[in-house]
Amino acid sequence: MSDTTIPNTKRAQREAEGPYGKIGKSLNELDDRLGIAKGGRTFMDKIFPDHWSFMLGEIALYSFVILLVTGVFLTLYFVPSSATVIYHGAYKPLDGQRVTEAFDSTVNISFAVRGGLLVRQMHHWACDIFVGAIVVHMARVFFTGAFRKPRELNWTIGLTLLILAIANGFLGYSLPDDLVSGTGIRIAYSIMESIPLVGTYLAFFVFGGNFPGTAVIPRFFILHCLIVPLIILGLVGAHLFLLVRQKHTQFRGEGKTEENVVGSPMYPVFMAKTTGFLFIVGGATALLGAFAQINPIWQFGPYDAARISYAVQPDWYMGFLDGALRVFPAWEFTGFGHTWPLEVFIPAVLLPGIIFNLCFAWPLIERKMTGDNEIHHLLDRPRDRPKRTAAGVAMFALLAMLFIASSTDVIANFFHLSLNTVLWAMRILVILSPFVAYPITYKICKELQGFAGGGKRKTPNLVSRTVEGEYLATPTPRYHEDLDHELRPKLVPTFIEEEPDEPAESGVRTVDR
Amino acid sequence: MSDEHRTPVEIGTVSENDPHLQPAAKNPDTVEHVTAFTFVLGLLGVAGFGAAYWVNAKPWILGATMGFGLFFLGVGLVAWGKYLMPRGPFMESRHPLANSEADRDAFAAAIVERGAGVVKRRKMLAGLLGGGLGVFSIVAIFPLLRSLGPLPKGTLFHTDWRKGSYAVDQTGRRVSVGELTVGSIITVYPEGQQNTDRGQAVDQTVLIRISDEDYVTQKGRESWGPKGYLAYSKMCTHLGCPVGLYEQELQVLVCPCHQSMFNVTNGAVPEFGPAPRPLPQLPIYIDADGFIRSQSDYHQPVGPGFWERTTT
Repeated sequence: MSDTTIPNTKRAQREAEGPYGKIGKSLNELDDRLGIAKGGRTFMDKIFPDHWSFMLGEIALYSFVILLVTGVFLTLYFVPSSATVIYHGAYKPLDGQRVTEAFDSTVNISFAVRGGLLVRQMHHWACDIFVGAIVVHMARVFFTGAFRKPRELNWTIGLTLLILAIANGFLGYSLPDDLVSGTGIRIAYSIMESIPLVGTYLAFFVFGGNFPGTAVIPRFFILHCLIVPLIILGLVGAHLFLLVRQKHTQFRGEGKTEENVVGSPMYPVFMAKTTGFLFIVGGATALLGAFAQINPIWQFGPYDAARISYAVQPDWYMGFLDGALRVFPAWEFTGFGHTWPLEVFIPAVLLPGIIFNLCFAWPLIERKMTGDNEIHHLLDRPRDRPKRTAAGVAMFALLAMLFIASSTDVIANFFHLSLNTVLWAMRILVILSPFVAYPITYKICKELQGFAGGGKRKTPNLVSRTVEGEYLATPTPRYHEDLDHELRPKLVPTFIEEEPDEPAESGVRTVDR
Repeated sequence: MSDEHRTPVEIGTVSENDPHLQPAAKNPDTVEHVTAFTFVLGLLGVAGFGAAYWVNAKPWILGATMGFGLFFLGVGLVAWGKYLMPRGPFMESRHPLANSEADRDAFAAAIVERGAGVVKRRKMLAGLLGGGLGVFSIVAIFPLLRSLGPLPKGTLFHTDWRKGSYAVDQTGRRVSVGELTVGSIITVYPEGQQNTDRGQAVDQTVLIRISDEDYVTQKGRESWGPKGYLAYSKMCTHLGCPVGLYEQELQVLVCPCHQSMFNVTNGAVPEFGPAPRPLPQLPIYIDADGFIRSQSDYHQPVGPGFWERTTT
């Protein structure tokens, strides 16, 4: 066969185009310009650990994606203005009421815009999921020691993202200017006022004057829709860049060392799983938006500073602050010619400040306490670091008690107790909970350390009797599924699925790149 | 590029029968069928969503079709990746991020020596530039702070209640003496402020009738409770929520936000909860025509505490 043969078969045509066809040619063109072949291959081979707990950060990421998409939809119809209008919309019970344009447009999104109510509810649910997923993801990172060197910076970025998510949640919650959110803004104003020396100035500059003023809705709008999301987006980018640069952590196990990462490659296995997971998070949010009503502002009515409704609760992530404000005693201090509203400043400014700063400083604190300055890529099991685990559980216990304290009135009503009893019970529980949680967790960790192979499924023992009448207990082999994971991990091969029409030439491939 | 210049790179080696390449599922065919089925359901779901949107179906139908559609597509895709693709486990090597001592030294030297050389030689220039940037960074804050809002000045110390202000309800109707029976409560504003933001936020006042006779809550307030009418600021002294609940039996005003309770009989002294101070009482009188009017503004700032609030 000579070189001049005109390719007339599919196979020959493919050979003329090069071994990888049209896609291969395009990739080469791209590589000529951007030099992406080597890095691209490494990126396709990036390994993602298969453990389920690595999925929690993905929930946060994907709920953020949903927030962006639904949020863009909402900005098309929302009017960020405190100007007063008379409502004449589709929701008849509000007809003729004096409302702000912000409230008017939000009710219109809910009743007049096609799909508007669904998108509004999805947006609100996605926010609650976003903050929740960040918290659970951070708990995983904390309890397994994934924040240790070299990942302290990513811990800091993650914590900043949590604070921004909470702040933006509050800003967005405030925008519809309904009775419940308006009360929330009123409280936020008073909390700013409580800061010694600069409080009143701070409140006046944020709100453009005395409460409520007309500046706050447009200002919160631009913060909520542009500035904070932009910062979040940038930090998410940095978070993911560091994750790729530093590679994933992993639990100890067969073939897993400090020098490798074991799991599924980016392309195609992880990509399929994670894209599917994006759809699942989106689907779950849509189902919540369809079946679980959230923030029905037309029932609350427009904001009027002189009105209030009973048993209103903020979004869940604000609960611990509300609880702290309830249980803290009325310790206003007056002296030196000034008022020190400590009953607000301590629970609403100082306490969250201490909690978040403690979280920021934790990698440093732990390094100082343990003297461990080594680089770690293998994760701890929580039981193996009983002090860290106990400290984390103590913090969660405190936050949980503060959260429960945010519904003292509801608890008192439900259990027919006096409000006083519930308040004092919560005060005691808030103070006691970390001191009770710490030793109990510590003890449980220590106990669990005693179980060899703890956490693995146990197989039955085979009991047999010998001819001499002696009983023998022989452990049966490990379960088939458990054994599967004991394959030695391999580098990602070029072709992980051979083409059926081309027989494999050799079992071993060395590819130049 | 010719092949001579390429250096072989370590790459995965597998044979066709390598268990790493086998799907994780024991029965891939069944999984494939189930996955296909979920994809069909997902397709029906998202198509249904399109149809529902087109005909403007109810919100829950939109959500259900989109939700189930996406959910099934997602489940199918996850199943495909998890059970039908090569199960591995695969790995990648992790090389230390830190560079060699020589590289690190070269980097540090470049920064320290180059930078220090430039700055040390021109100390005055560096100082002047630093001073200029420092001053600018401080000055840059001024317009931001000064144009964001007015200074508080005295605005937190006063309300719009004046000597002789008529108490009106939200519709602007003047409240007269015969209007409330004993045990009733109404929210009032100084006339003209009933519909303003400031009126609702700052001037809001609860008018309670606790008796038929003149009522004295505290020493020095002998004339403040004519015919059993008492007027208190409606702003909670804790965080400024409206003190909207009146417990007639206990004679307390309750703030629904954090359950502070104020006893209306003794000058709204807090009896329970986190509120630190009594609700300020508005001195009122009943004029010749029987209308409720204020003797003056409140004697203390209303609402939550703040730094400039003096101790008296």
